Amino acid sequence: MISFTFSLNPYFALHIPDGFLNFPVSLITAVFSLLLIAVSLKRVEAEYQERAVPLMGVCAAFVFAAQMINFPIPGGTSGHLLGGTLAGILLGPWAGSLVMTVVFIVQTILFRDGGLTALGANIFNMGLIGTFGGYYLYKALRYSFGFSRWRGMAMGTAIAAWTSVVMAAVFCAVQLAISGTVPLQVALVAMLSWHFLIGIGEALITLAAVNYIWRTRPDLIYDAPRSLLNP
Amino acid sequence: MNNLSSPKNKAFIFTGLGSALAIAIFVSPFASSNPDGLDRVAQDHHFEHKAQTHPLSQKLSAQAIFDEYALKGVPQPIATPLAGLIGTLVVFGLSWGLGKVLVKKSNSPPES
Repeated sequence: MISFTFSLNPYFALHIPDGFLNFPVSLITAVFSLLLIAVSLKRVEAEYQERAVPLMGVCAAFVFAAQMINFPIPGGTSGHLLGGTLAGILLGPWAGSLVMTVVFIVQTILFRDGGLTALGANIFNMGLIGTFGGYYLYKALRYSFGFSRWRGMAMGTAIAAWTSVVMAAVFCAVQLAISGTVPLQVALVAMLSWHFLIGIGEALITLAAVNYIWRTRPDLIYDAPRSLLNP
Repeated sequence: MNNLSSPKNKAFIFTGLGSALAIAIFVSPFASSNPDGLDRVAQDHHFEHKAQTHPLSQKLSAQAIFDEYALKGVPQPIATPLAGLIGTLVVFGLSWGLGKVLVKKSNSPPES
């Protein structure tokens, strides 16, 4: 994602550039993302309290900054945080989705990171899969491993973060295949083999961020641990 | 965070935004320049040439100001840190603003 050594390549990371997706795939992913964003706008308007507002700003800032930092993975590749699961855990799926959408729009318009025609797909793959899929998986795991204990929080956070990256890679591969850019089996094998590893980075960074908030301001977590709120 | 001026909330906002800015400014020059996931797959399977800039992307992007994650017209060592600084502040402001607009319109009662 960092540009200076790559300035000849107009694309980075899991960010899909213009030209990789055909028109129907661009359109369908855009419509689907728009629908989820519209629902998210409604839900935030109806349900969120003022306390979530500063956290939306802070979460967007952290996800944007962290997405700039590519970490190396064995085999001469790199990856960076996607942040959708983190945003979902901190802000819930609705405000979390809006924050991720803001990040991807700014990346596309200001920094040409990801193509405009692929914006819907990028928001869906790297944002909404985490803020919805990652969030609900985290919540289910947290209930099974202990909702108000760090063990449940940690298991839910790490597994959901890793899974969201792997699912993002699967969706990206399927979109590339349907667009006729690369055969499905080739895309799936190649994307998954790297993103199994990149997902570990996602899990560790998400876990570190969630751990910090759990220790300092557990009341800010969307599903705050009841025991910590009322000691 | 109902009371923004409470020291606890101020401290959280400063710590959160501060660490994001520190990452964007000071860590970004050390980011790995290896091709990342999709890049690598595109190179290995020979479809990277299909990447192109759509005319609409060209028109709508801020390429007069930024060359990807580098601010134009400043010395190279500070181009990426400055791009990170500006980008972080922009998403911070936009997300806070969006939240404020949406939540303000809400008629729901204050948190019990």
